[in-house]
Amino acid sequence: MKMIVAIIQPDKLSRVKKLLYENNIKRFFVHDCYGHSDEDSIIERYRGVEMQVDLKKKVRIQIAVNDHYVEKAVNAILAGGKSGKIGDGKIFVYPIENCYRIASGEEGEIAIG
Amino acid sequence: MKFLLTSLLILAAQNVFADDLQTIQHNLNVVWTCLAAFMVFFMQAGFALVEMGLTRSKNAINIIMKNLMDFSIGSILFFFLGYGLMFGQSNGLFGTTDFMLSGVTGDSWSYTFILFQTVFAATAATIVSGAMAERTIFTSYLIYSIFITGIIYPISGSWAWGSLANGSGWLENLSSGAFIDFAGSTVVHSLGGWLALAGAITIGPRRGKYGPDGSVLAIPGHNIPFAALGVFILWLAWFGFNAGSTTLGDGSIGRIAFMTNISAVCGAISAMLLSWILYKKPDATMSLNGALAGLVAITAGCANVSWEGAAIIGLIAGLLVVSSIIFIDSKLKIDDPVGAVSVHGVCGAWGTLAVGLFGAEKALGIAEANSGLFYGGGFSQLLSQLIGVGTFMAYGFLSGLILFKTIKKLRGLRVTEEEEYVGLDIQEHGLEAYYESK
Repeated sequence: MKMIVAIIQPDKLSRVKKLLYENNIKRFFVHDCYGHSDEDSIIERYRGVEMQVDLKKKVRIQIAVNDHYVEKAVNAILAGGKSGKIGDGKIFVYPIENCYRIASGEEGEIAIG
Repeated sequence: MKFLLTSLLILAAQNVFADDLQTIQHNLNVVWTCLAAFMVFFMQAGFALVEMGLTRSKNAINIIMKNLMDFSIGSILFFFLGYGLMFGQSNGLFGTTDFMLSGVTGDSWSYTFILFQTVFAATAATIVSGAMAERTIFTSYLIYSIFITGIIYPISGSWAWGSLANGSGWLENLSSGAFIDFAGSTVVHSLGGWLALAGAITIGPRRGKYGPDGSVLAIPGHNIPFAALGVFILWLAWFGFNAGSTTLGDGSIGRIAFMTNISAVCGAISAMLLSWILYKKPDATMSLNGALAGLVAITAGCANVSWEGAAIIGLIAGLLVVSSIIFIDSKLKIDDPVGAVSVHGVCGAWGTLAVGLFGAEKALGIAEANSGLFYGGGFSQLLSQLIGVGTFMAYGFLSGLILFKTIKKLRGLRVTEEEEYVGLDIQEHGLEAYYESK
């Protein structure tokens, strides 16, 4: 069992989502988040006064999968999230100790589904 | 068929007697003035949206409450006290009769006129709200809005407009010619603007507006679409504000509405262009302020200037408002979140002076001579305008300083640091505008 956490550009979400569905991955969470990376800061201006915007909007996708789905999920995000520029984001994969489904009390790989 | 219709119309017209015509005209005046008053009332919505949009979400309810209550309390105060001070028989400085409907003869006109004047008084009061937004104690706001609509606005208003009813004002009887402020660039807007300046100075900037080293920081408004909708609402209402100030259902309302629009569009365009040149991008809130600047500026002369005059008044107002906002914010370091001082004070003064430059009454066919300097009218009207503008500036700013300093001393004007940080909505009103608590 693995947890996949991906930080991607917000505008890439719909493409990533579509590729995940195509690979039969239908259980995931999406959060809005803000992040700072090697990207340049944006300069915005409000009523004549400059503002430096350091934290940019990102989307964080969290997917818990069984081992044989890891590659499919990662490939889907790599393909869907890529524009080739700085700021496209990162994918982290780490092990899950256990998983329980609250509705049925099932645990382990069955609970992940 | 056409001939038949015309004959029928002539027959019908012959049956209408002069008395009936007078009744129709009277009713038309009532209907038009009421309609205009309803539109001016809706300025409250416009002002509330502009102010809310250009400030932070944690203070939105406070702004709604201020705009609701300055109109509600102000209406009663103006009816009790203000109307008589402004339009009663004058002792030279203010009116002394017509309090609490005592002058009303029972016909519908008196009620119409009082309603129309009430919504104007409320406009003057609500201008101040924006300049002092996000840091003023609610009850202190209520106290000053009582004084503005009940006393400060009516007294100075009587000097310029008293003779519209039973009063007479000294600015209407200047030897250089009567001070012209048709719908209130100075009487309403500039006065509100100078009071706002006194308020913003007395209360001080919002925490976080200026850095410890004196650097100018931005506190972005939370909803620019709100601000834009507010400006469009104000623009619509302004047709009532200016064209309604005829209080007559006659042909001049079309011309006045037209001039109003010309100035507004020119203000929006010139403000956008200046912001574009200064910042390389067309700035939305500055352009919106530019439209308001054009509207404020044309309010004095909308019945007296030609379309060329209206266009120039608007163009200059748009440039003035952008420069003034920057100057007040970054040089004077006075925090005016919505630009009320620049829009209403500065552009109101400019537009009123401009009547002395662009007054083209003869060219418009409404008087024997032109009053404006550029139309061969000489300097005398300009002098009258200067006296009026200067008087209102000194009176508005000084009475504002006295009022706000007194309130500050007696009960405080500003919320605590913690309250300002958390937001006035929760601390003053016990509710968030955008409910987020879990």
